[in-house]
Amino acid sequence: MSDSVTPPLPRPTSLRETPLGQWHAAHGGRMVDFAGWTMPVQYASIVDEHLATRSSVGLFDVSHMGRLSVTGPGALDWLESMLTRKVAGIVPGQFRYTLVTADAPAPVVILDDALVSRDSDAADGTPRMGLVINAGNRERVVAWLRSRLPATGVDLVDHTLDTAMIAVQGPKGVDLVAGLSSEGDGTRILALGNYRGTTATVAGHAAAVSRTGYTGEDGVEVTVAAVDAVAVWEAILAAAVPLGGRSCGLGARDTLRLEAGMPLYGHELHADSDPFALGLGLAVNLEGRTFPGRGALAVLKAGQPERIRIGLDLGSKRSAREGNPVLGGAGGEIGVVTSGSFAPTIGHAVAMALVAPAFASEGTVVEIAIRDARQQARVVGLPFYRRPPGGGKPSAAG
Amino acid sequence: MLKDVRFAKSHEWISPVAGGVATVGISAYAVEALTDLVFMQLPAVGRKVKAGESIGEIESVKAVSDLYAPVSGEIVEVNSTLPDHLETLGQDPFGAGWIVKIRPDDPANIDALLDRAAYEALIGSQPH
Repeated sequence: MSDSVTPPLPRPTSLRETPLGQWHAAHGGRMVDFAGWTMPVQYASIVDEHLATRSSVGLFDVSHMGRLSVTGPGALDWLESMLTRKVAGIVPGQFRYTLVTADAPAPVVILDDALVSRDSDAADGTPRMGLVINAGNRERVVAWLRSRLPATGVDLVDHTLDTAMIAVQGPKGVDLVAGLSSEGDGTRILALGNYRGTTATVAGHAAAVSRTGYTGEDGVEVTVAAVDAVAVWEAILAAAVPLGGRSCGLGARDTLRLEAGMPLYGHELHADSDPFALGLGLAVNLEGRTFPGRGALAVLKAGQPERIRIGLDLGSKRSAREGNPVLGGAGGEIGVVTSGSFAPTIGHAVAMALVAPAFASEGTVVEIAIRDARQQARVVGLPFYRRPPGGGKPSAAG
Repeated sequence: MLKDVRFAKSHEWISPVAGGVATVGISAYAVEALTDLVFMQLPAVGRKVKAGESIGEIESVKAVSDLYAPVSGEIVEVNSTLPDHLETLGQDPFGAGWIVKIRPDDPANIDALLDRAAYEALIGSQPH
């Protein structure tokens, strides 16, 4: 048995802990270092947590994600000038997936992928905007955004440390959170379209609730003040357990997003990635817009990518892992695995990879070099898993 | 039988020699630490191995781990039903969940491994 059996060393004190960190450790969470935070990778079984989310509901502490507010009279226009996705026209309560890019002629510099939202409007109609960014990119994204703030009119505040975010994911997630809210709030939560959000009182505490997530399931993400995190988490979990729900760690979150074909920054998506080759073209709107890095993205959009993102079905129990070479017909390297795992819902291993376009057609058979072994795999469409219809209401075009 | 088993620091156990052959598996602690086992690769029967050499791999949802030979010798039998029934490792890691049988070059090498008390001290000292 190799080092992976050995539990991690005692964590350095520099690791950040979410408001739920002590709860996780006290309830069997196996804590690991993730992007500078000590986070539960699992409680007992990743497979059980994954399947509970698909069949019922899973609770995930995603408080490590960065949460920023952007307010002031210039907030919306400034974000429109900073993000790859169109922000103008966003309506109150709406969320959009975007990239955060820096200035660079070429290659492109993608600092992060993010959700931008118009959380609510002030009494005078001024939009209050929000951004949710990746934990590992938070500091550099905040520094970048601050460096581009206008002298007046826009306030950027990092609320990551004074709030907590709980993802309640699975077919029973929306009903469950609505049921913990007052009647009027519950009705609004049930009526949320995908990528829409509202404020609500959840389990007696002020919360922002959005129909978003990173698991391929219906569900919501609930943001509360840090001091309320444990009470809200425990209330949601107490309601979830009788339904077959459970608390889940980052291990299940990763297998869920892999099945859902969702890219993860640092794995599929990197600073110099071509978002069009990754299937993220919808996050980039070049039409009549100006934002940092637009020129480099325009070049990428007009060009032919060397490698594009595909799904691979291994049909095996043995998994491909990030970095494994993908081999073409003559045995030459034609790509690389970016994420791979046993997929609990599917029952065997799948992977995402970047490969030469000539090998990207569905049905193409390739080989993956996994340590000393060669594993055949078939190119398939993404996502690997699509939830049964009947979940969230379709949202308006965004 | 468990009291006579010896352990490698890499969490394999090995039984006393009977008829020139010792049985090898992985500890209950290791199975519990790995969780979500999905795949196992066994060595070929007849392979000569050195102590500490990788003789196979065991894969969980999260990661792949090597299985190491606790002593030098020859692989004389493998538990070929185990890869399709990895749950056996969790149910009976020191019995039906055995992995390989090895003919040690020198049975005395087994005695040099950790006894049960020393192994329990090792895993007890590790944060879980």
